[in-house]
Amino acid sequence: MESSLPTLNDAGASLIVAHGVRKHYGNIHAVDGVDLDIRSGELFGLIGHNGAGKSTLFKMMLGLLPSTAGDIRIGGALVTGRDFRAVRRTVGYLPENVVLYDNLTGLETLWFFARLKGVSPAEAAPTLERVGLAHAAKRRVREYSKGMRQRLGFAQALLGKPRILFLDEPTTGLDPEAIRSFYSTLRQLRSEGVTTVITSHILAEIQERVDRIAIMTAGKVQARGTVQDLREQVDLPLWFSVRVAKEDFEAVRSALSHLQVDAIEAHDDHVKVRCRREAKMAVIEALARLDGRVRDLTVREPSLEDVFFGFSD
Amino acid sequence: MEIAQIATIASKEFWDRIRNRWVLAVALVFTAFALVIAYFGAAQQGSVGFRSIDITIASLVSLVIYLIPLIALVLGFDAIVGERERGSLDLLLSMPITRLELLLGKYVGLAAALAFSTIAGFGLVAIVLSTRLDLNALYHYFGFMLSSVLLGCAFLSLAVMLSVFAADRTRASGLAIATWFFFVLVFDLLLLGALVVTGGQWGGEIFPYLLLANPADVFRILNIFSLDDVRTLYGLTTVFPPALANPWLLGLVMLAWIVVPLGIASWRFRT
Repeated sequence: MESSLPTLNDAGASLIVAHGVRKHYGNIHAVDGVDLDIRSGELFGLIGHNGAGKSTLFKMMLGLLPSTAGDIRIGGALVTGRDFRAVRRTVGYLPENVVLYDNLTGLETLWFFARLKGVSPAEAAPTLERVGLAHAAKRRVREYSKGMRQRLGFAQALLGKPRILFLDEPTTGLDPEAIRSFYSTLRQLRSEGVTTVITSHILAEIQERVDRIAIMTAGKVQARGTVQDLREQVDLPLWFSVRVAKEDFEAVRSALSHLQVDAIEAHDDHVKVRCRREAKMAVIEALARLDGRVRDLTVREPSLEDVFFGFSD
Repeated sequence: MEIAQIATIASKEFWDRIRNRWVLAVALVFTAFALVIAYFGAAQQGSVGFRSIDITIASLVSLVIYLIPLIALVLGFDAIVGERERGSLDLLLSMPITRLELLLGKYVGLAAALAFSTIAGFGLVAIVLSTRLDLNALYHYFGFMLSSVLLGCAFLSLAVMLSVFAADRTRASGLAIATWFFFVLVFDLLLLGALVVTGGQWGGEIFPYLLLANPADVFRILNIFSLDDVRTLYGLTTVFPPALANPWLLGLVMLAWIVVPLGIASWRFRT
């Protein structure tokens, strides 16, 4: 199904734009003034604690929930507007803790959703194969494990070759191998130009896998950008772990003495050095001048988790 | 409105009921009851065996008036609230489908399952009795089946409405049972009570109209008025003006009992 939406295939252009979006339930501000600009073709991560407002924002992006204020546009069209059917046909959605119909088989489940999406039922079998469920196509969902249900939910979202995927906590219940293959599918889809918005509270999992993220706490977007942008914004210190013989500890200490180093800790066979980001290269140069006494060097950048807590604290 | 979307939802609901043998079970219940009533309905009068279609229909009406509303309410009470509570509603609504299409699809699918089991169940009996029925009797029996379907559809519409309003399945089932009690048991008693308490002074004229406010009563009038044997038996002619007993008019009232609750449901379900 070809979309009539104008900016949908324009890589890098704004695709999903949220403007001043709020959702209030009485005194509870589930989403409290969110502006977002998700570009065509990117893999965008929305991270935050449980209850930060991610799922509520998601449902508003899909037009499932009316916003109290503000508007959300996909490819320029309001998600709740007259064009909603055209917008929906370009979107795949995997809800958090997806619930499917126990009495249907995997294949029947996809036939049902294919019909609703106006997609040929012939797409069902290859889609099942894509998520690794071809062997269970004729089994009822009742007999599926949690991970299989999750994969079937993902398959449903992939029907009709959507241009945009909204995946709410998609890796819940998946084993590490399945998580890997899930992200490899996402990368493949990205190379085909699909825009993906993904929420997660497992930060380690998405930090190396998304193009940009937004951090949500208490209904607000606290920060957005690439993981690297955010690291720089919070300006968290880095850690060096310098492996040297015990008798060289002092040499390291004096080599770094004139630099802006926050802390130097001596351990059994290595020295830990904490410094600001701007001192990073100077520290590396100083250590390089120690003429091979440094046996190994690792730099630990602040993880997304550190960044996240940097913003949410 | 896209008919294809309604049809997709409706056919899933219908085939779900076929597959879990709901349709078969209900049809068998109807067949069994109808046969028993046809052969033993006159046992109180000291004889056993099929006697007249009028008596059979009259007995069936008193049974169906309890049974069909209950079956329809049980069938429909979790149509929407069930999806909501299980957590599958959001996914459905994220499809290119409007809420009205979803609601109508649910209703049409469930109504088809109910109509199918009603017609199959009672139709089987008609086939069994066919050698003993003349054309006129068949016509009456057909009218009875049709009005049974309408009765089911009216209560199904009420059930779907409850299903939209109720916060959870437990409350929806409570409301469904309360609805059944009210229309099937309490309503007539209230009218009768009012009549007795006021010594017949109040409400004599508006009573027939009040009966139209209950789909179960509309069903009763629809069936009883067409049968000569039974009309006198029930003594209905004395209270009910024949002008109101026009089957087309009563059919329209029944249709209103289908459309209005669904309309309210879709108004409530729009966001």
